[in-house]
Amino acid sequence: MDILVYGTINSVALALYALGFALVYGVSRLPNFAHGALYVLSGFITWSALNTLGLPYPLAILLALLATAVIGAVIYQFVLIRVRGMEISEIIASYAIALAILEGIRYVGFRGMTYTLPVFLEGRTTIGGVMVDYHRLLVVAIGAALFAGLWAFTRFTRVGLALRGMAQDERAAMMLGIDSDLMAVVAMALGSALAALAAILLLPLGNIVVESGYNVLILAIAVCIVGGIGSWFGAVIAAFIIGFAQILTVVYLGTHFQMMVALLAIILTLILKPSGLFGQQKELEERV
Amino acid sequence: MAVAQRRRERIDRGIKVRTDGFYALMSWRELGYLTLPRFLLIAGLLALPFLMPSMYWQRVISIVCIYAFLALSFDFLAHFVGLVSLGGAFFVGIGGYMSAVLNTELGLAPMLAIPAATLLGAGVCTLLLLPCLPLRGVYFAIVTLMYPLFAARTIEALDILGGTDGIMGIDSFPGPWIEQYFVIGMLLLAIFGLRRLVNTDFGLVLQAVKDNDQAVRASAMNVTRFKAIAVFIGSAMGCLGGACLVHIYMWAGISQFALDFSVLPIAATVIGGAGTLVGPVLGCLILVPASEMLREFGTLRIVFYSLILVGFIVFRSDGLMVWARRKYHQFERWTEI
Amino acid sequence: MTAPPLLEVREVTKTFGGVIALNRVSFDLHEGEILGIIGPNGSGKTTVVNCITGFVKVSSGTVLYRGKSITGKPPHKIADLGITRTFQIMRPYYSLPAYKNLVIPLFSGRARRTGGWRGGGRLGDRHTVGIDILEDIGFERDSYVPYKTTATLPTGYLKRLELARCLALKPEVILCDEIFSGLSMSEIASMVPLIERLQMDGVTLIMIEHRLRELFRVADRVMVFNFGEKLLEGTADEVMADERVRDAYFGSEAADEVMRHA
Repeated sequence: MDILVYGTINSVALALYALGFALVYGVSRLPNFAHGALYVLSGFITWSALNTLGLPYPLAILLALLATAVIGAVIYQFVLIRVRGMEISEIIASYAIALAILEGIRYVGFRGMTYTLPVFLEGRTTIGGVMVDYHRLLVVAIGAALFAGLWAFTRFTRVGLALRGMAQDERAAMMLGIDSDLMAVVAMALGSALAALAAILLLPLGNIVVESGYNVLILAIAVCIVGGIGSWFGAVIAAFIIGFAQILTVVYLGTHFQMMVALLAIILTLILKPSGLFGQQKELEERV
Repeated sequence: MAVAQRRRERIDRGIKVRTDGFYALMSWRELGYLTLPRFLLIAGLLALPFLMPSMYWQRVISIVCIYAFLALSFDFLAHFVGLVSLGGAFFVGIGGYMSAVLNTELGLAPMLAIPAATLLGAGVCTLLLLPCLPLRGVYFAIVTLMYPLFAARTIEALDILGGTDGIMGIDSFPGPWIEQYFVIGMLLLAIFGLRRLVNTDFGLVLQAVKDNDQAVRASAMNVTRFKAIAVFIGSAMGCLGGACLVHIYMWAGISQFALDFSVLPIAATVIGGAGTLVGPVLGCLILVPASEMLREFGTLRIVFYSLILVGFIVFRSDGLMVWARRKYHQFERWTEI
Repeated sequence: MTAPPLLEVREVTKTFGGVIALNRVSFDLHEGEILGIIGPNGSGKTTVVNCITGFVKVSSGTVLYRGKSITGKPPHKIADLGITRTFQIMRPYYSLPAYKNLVIPLFSGRARRTGGWRGGGRLGDRHTVGIDILEDIGFERDSYVPYKTTATLPTGYLKRLELARCLALKPEVILCDEIFSGLSMSEIASMVPLIERLQMDGVTLIMIEHRLRELFRVADRVMVFNFGEKLLEGTADEVMADERVRDAYFGSEAADEVMRHA
């Protein structure tokens, strides 16, 4: 029962990490290695807004979401757009940005002390004999709502449809009058905001540490690769697979092995089925 | 038949000379023009230990050379074979641990342990990377990024090879001069060896693998085999760096799998000039001492390189070496009017 | 039909996801002949080539070469047996000079054994052999063309370069995937004798084409594909006369037009 409850929570957390990354990669084929950095950055923005500026919590959250979205858009508009299509440069540039943000945060002095965000709801309850605090339940609920919302967004709004069009075939989308650069910026802003949202939801459960930026990135990549790039459904399934696998390894092997699960998942997936569980790209690519 | 043969040869030679850029060396001046850059590089590297004799700088020179091995390895794999490896640290770590084990467990002297670790380590790296070789572009980069992390976590989790403490009590080089001239000598060997290699027919095939692996397959050649050989060569250089590093610090630990060994060589390659082989070395000569001088700024150094790196990539700079080469060629055609 | 066929394709099926690209296709290729394959876009012509040369794995069925199965072998092993192919979208090494493109196939085990096109079992200097092959295929030796960077060559030369890459392996079979498409009339006119000469040199060819007039001139037999299935095979006249082909492929008026020219 322990495993079931905490596995679910962990899986939702993983899916939240991966969502923004998957969105950006799906729409503009940009592996955004700065994803984890944006995650940590938004945590610190929230913390600063709360403690340094003294804003109320909801306002701080809103500020963090907006700021991260703008930062993401700026990074895209001024840096990444210039290297689009050159995969290697994209990776190196976005990874360098990630390093700059994370190590910059470290330098500015967010280290040593523990930085925490307050939880939304105090208190806890028991589900089937397992103690769960309200905040964790809230994470699952908001996560589920978010998936539903995004699904509706990509199906029923103009922008969402445009994003999906880009994801399927950028050139065709351009011919239909979709501004691909603008949509890519939108996707990046949205992806960054999703990273921020994940941070705000999940950081109250622990401390804000710079290292988590790297871990979040790896987990997000792991989920996307296992699930199959460009497949949302696959990403959610993969999040659950990896989430439960992690909890199981923690229970039976120890915490040290938790991160190895994700790494192993990436390596195994890429070797055995590079298109992931639900991706279809590879097969089509083979048609010389 | 013989006449036709001679006719063909005559035609080919005439055109080849004009298209391939063969020179007929007409004067000492032209000879000097061609050899001066090579001479400068060799003499400069060999003279470095004399120019900076303090203990501190001697250490820095060795570290520069070790990073230069990694940068060469990255440049060779990325720009001559098309395998972008973000996991230079993996090669360093494997080479380092290998040499450490050979030295402490089997009692091999450093001068024996290093070559042995280079070859064995390269073999191990190649074997471990073998399943990833069919992957292309981003996927290969991501997997190689994961390898050093995975290796570090494995050592940590299983508590093998000294666990988090690392392996201590490793012999150092017989002396500081031997240490420096060993690494400098190996570096020169690596630079000129690689330059020669990429210009052979074998190097041409590697380049073809990068350009267009389907056509190589259609030409009855096993792409994976060529990639594996290239990875062996590239990882041998990384392992050599790692093995030297371990004997310089007399310690092997998880930090050998650290990010620095993956990122700094890439930055050096981009700044020095990708695809030139000499450029990355030049980049290391600039970046590593600079990072030593900025040591007091702590992690801000990394911010600083990252931003330089972003700048170079975004403005699509060719890198210093390409620029310098262009200027040097202009200088040759200099005439007073 | 006394000699056993060189290449036998038996019931080959290939599916991509749910899409059936090839459905139980069978045919023989006899030594020394030129077999044409025609069919509308997406009818599985290129997939046949990919299946034979191992670039895609067949879902079921077998391919036999000289009586031995080559099904499921990797492309380089199949090319090593002498079954070579050209690519519809040309794939030269753009950054290299044209003649250095041939150094790569000449580096392969097969070229070392055979000495390359007209090599006679001994491989000379790869650069010279490369230029010899290029001259043979229509590059002017005493011009700069063979030395130019491949990216600057026009389509006609690129198509020849594709063929030259096959020749460097001293092929027994060449599968030409739309070698005429994208060429001007005069370029095609100079290409046809080349194909005929290859046949005289004992090379067996499969040609996938949309240029029917030129194909019918060189091909001994023609197969028609539609929706991943072999519609029929026969001589050019038989194929053109068949109602199904005319309806499925050309539309009857266009067929009359082609007939008049052919």
